[in-house]
Amino acid sequence: MKDNSYQAVMDRKNEIMKQAVGIDYERFATGKVSFDYEKMMSEVGYDLDKIREIQAETAVGNTPLIELRNITKLARKLAPAGKGARIFLKDEAANPSGSFKARRASVSVYHAQKNGYTGAVAATSGNYGAAVASQSVMRNLDCIIVQEVFDSRGIGQPEILEKGRKCEAYGAEVLQLSVGPELFYTFLRVLEDTGYFNASLYTPFGIAGVETLGYEISGQMKEREGRNPDAVVVTHAGGGNLTGTARGLQKAGAAETKVIAASVDLSGLHMASDHDFNRKSFTTGHTGFGIPFATWPDRADVPRNAARALRYMERYLTVKQGEVFYLTEALARLEGMERGPAGNTSLAAAFVLAQEMDEDQIIVVQETEYTGAGKHPSAQLNFARKNGIEIRTGNPEEEVAGESIIIPAEPALIKARDLDLDRIKLSYLRNIVEKTCIKELEPVDLEFLAAEVNKTTAEVEGIMEQEFNIKMVNK
Amino acid sequence: MSELIKTGSWVEIHQVILPAGERAPQVPEDTQKVPLELRTRGFLVKDGKVGEEVEIKTFTDRTLKGILKDPTPSYEHKFGCPVPELLQVGEELRKMVADRGGNK
Repeated sequence: MKDNSYQAVMDRKNEIMKQAVGIDYERFATGKVSFDYEKMMSEVGYDLDKIREIQAETAVGNTPLIELRNITKLARKLAPAGKGARIFLKDEAANPSGSFKARRASVSVYHAQKNGYTGAVAATSGNYGAAVASQSVMRNLDCIIVQEVFDSRGIGQPEILEKGRKCEAYGAEVLQLSVGPELFYTFLRVLEDTGYFNASLYTPFGIAGVETLGYEISGQMKEREGRNPDAVVVTHAGGGNLTGTARGLQKAGAAETKVIAASVDLSGLHMASDHDFNRKSFTTGHTGFGIPFATWPDRADVPRNAARALRYMERYLTVKQGEVFYLTEALARLEGMERGPAGNTSLAAAFVLAQEMDEDQIIVVQETEYTGAGKHPSAQLNFARKNGIEIRTGNPEEEVAGESIIIPAEPALIKARDLDLDRIKLSYLRNIVEKTCIKELEPVDLEFLAAEVNKTTAEVEGIMEQEFNIKMVNK
Repeated sequence: MSELIKTGSWVEIHQVILPAGERAPQVPEDTQKVPLELRTRGFLVKDGKVGEEVEIKTFTDRTLKGILKDPTPSYEHKFGCPVPELLQVGEELRKMVADRGGNK
């Protein structure tokens, strides 16, 4: 009989994964730490035209790009003369499952079907579960979603409960777990038990599916305004949204468009803590995923994560929970669009960014998500209040994640705070050194690391030597 | 005395996946002290009672075992009452945008 203890299952991880994604990641290895990312993306994934075809079959993509005239007007009232860029919004809630995650799921589920898998499994508490479930329905596959839902009191976040309901509405088997990273253990056991496809968020299929989003933004903007946007703001968590969008923009030739990440600031909260679990009002799009995934992408549920955000991120802004709720309200009351709060993280950042940029410039907020019971500011704020979080009107600068949510007393109090990208890149390199125990660098590794942190090889060589005393060999 | 739940009913079961003390080593202290639990739903395979071990057939046709927890699982999440701090925001923004006009 199979040993199903935690350790035994984790020890079988690579074998289970190989079976469940059908990718032999080892063949992309090049040096001690490096692998050929572009080769992995091109050999395993599908090209952009094929993906557009796959997505068209299941009604994914081609979402509207909407100018937010009143929010732009508000930003201009607060900005110095001549400032206040135009803000556009890509209404990804128009996808079949209500978020951009349908793009990510579409290619995985297509691939699973084509390769004879009879079902798909995904480990996610988010919109991705609903996306895999919905796409599985369209392609006649079974679907299992493994979710982290409740704390030891049995209490679940309303937002996650709603996502679980939506998965069940599409006929998915939903396995709901209490807090803890061992969700991955349950996930592996399900893969082993069913032989279903691992519709991981982080395979080349998932990331290539998002490339169409960046590509569409460029195409729609060129058609409408005759040029590419100056900036695209992306809500950042695991890195797939940013990586896919940026790659799509590059494929559309939008080299001049800046890709800016935005996350909700949840610093100080431990993501695997039973106590902290219900003290956050955002279950995605926050720094608790954003920073760990940027600084160590391969923590994902596949050996080589195809989402590698630091390669593409040109700036990283954080906003407070209260600021995102404020913009969610603004979107409803000023633009007539009621959308889910988590997807509006990038909108909050864009509202501030617009005030820095010239009024003839263009910012695109690249997603929205559906809203509904549970997944709504009133549901989430009432829940937070019930869990002892102080909710008040004031200066969001004073907000402390897990203790308070401060709704800005006036829109001028909304800020976007720059994270030091060089420090984040240094953390990435430190993780490489600590986790791989390398003592010296080969040229192929140096080139890889330079691409990973979007710096020159000379810069990375200097950092590796000064900070970690690791020298180049075989130059 | 609990009521007999009929075969074929849509029910919720509960399992302990990892007991407290057998959690993954990287889990923080507060989480170490509690078990990893699972809940899921499906159609009851044989008549059973709340608190008993039962089998269910899930949507994917898998048979899963667990303690029958809820014989009538429901979705209880809602919108809740409007939040006063946000009601204020909407009112103020409308005035700011409508009354004073833009700079363009």
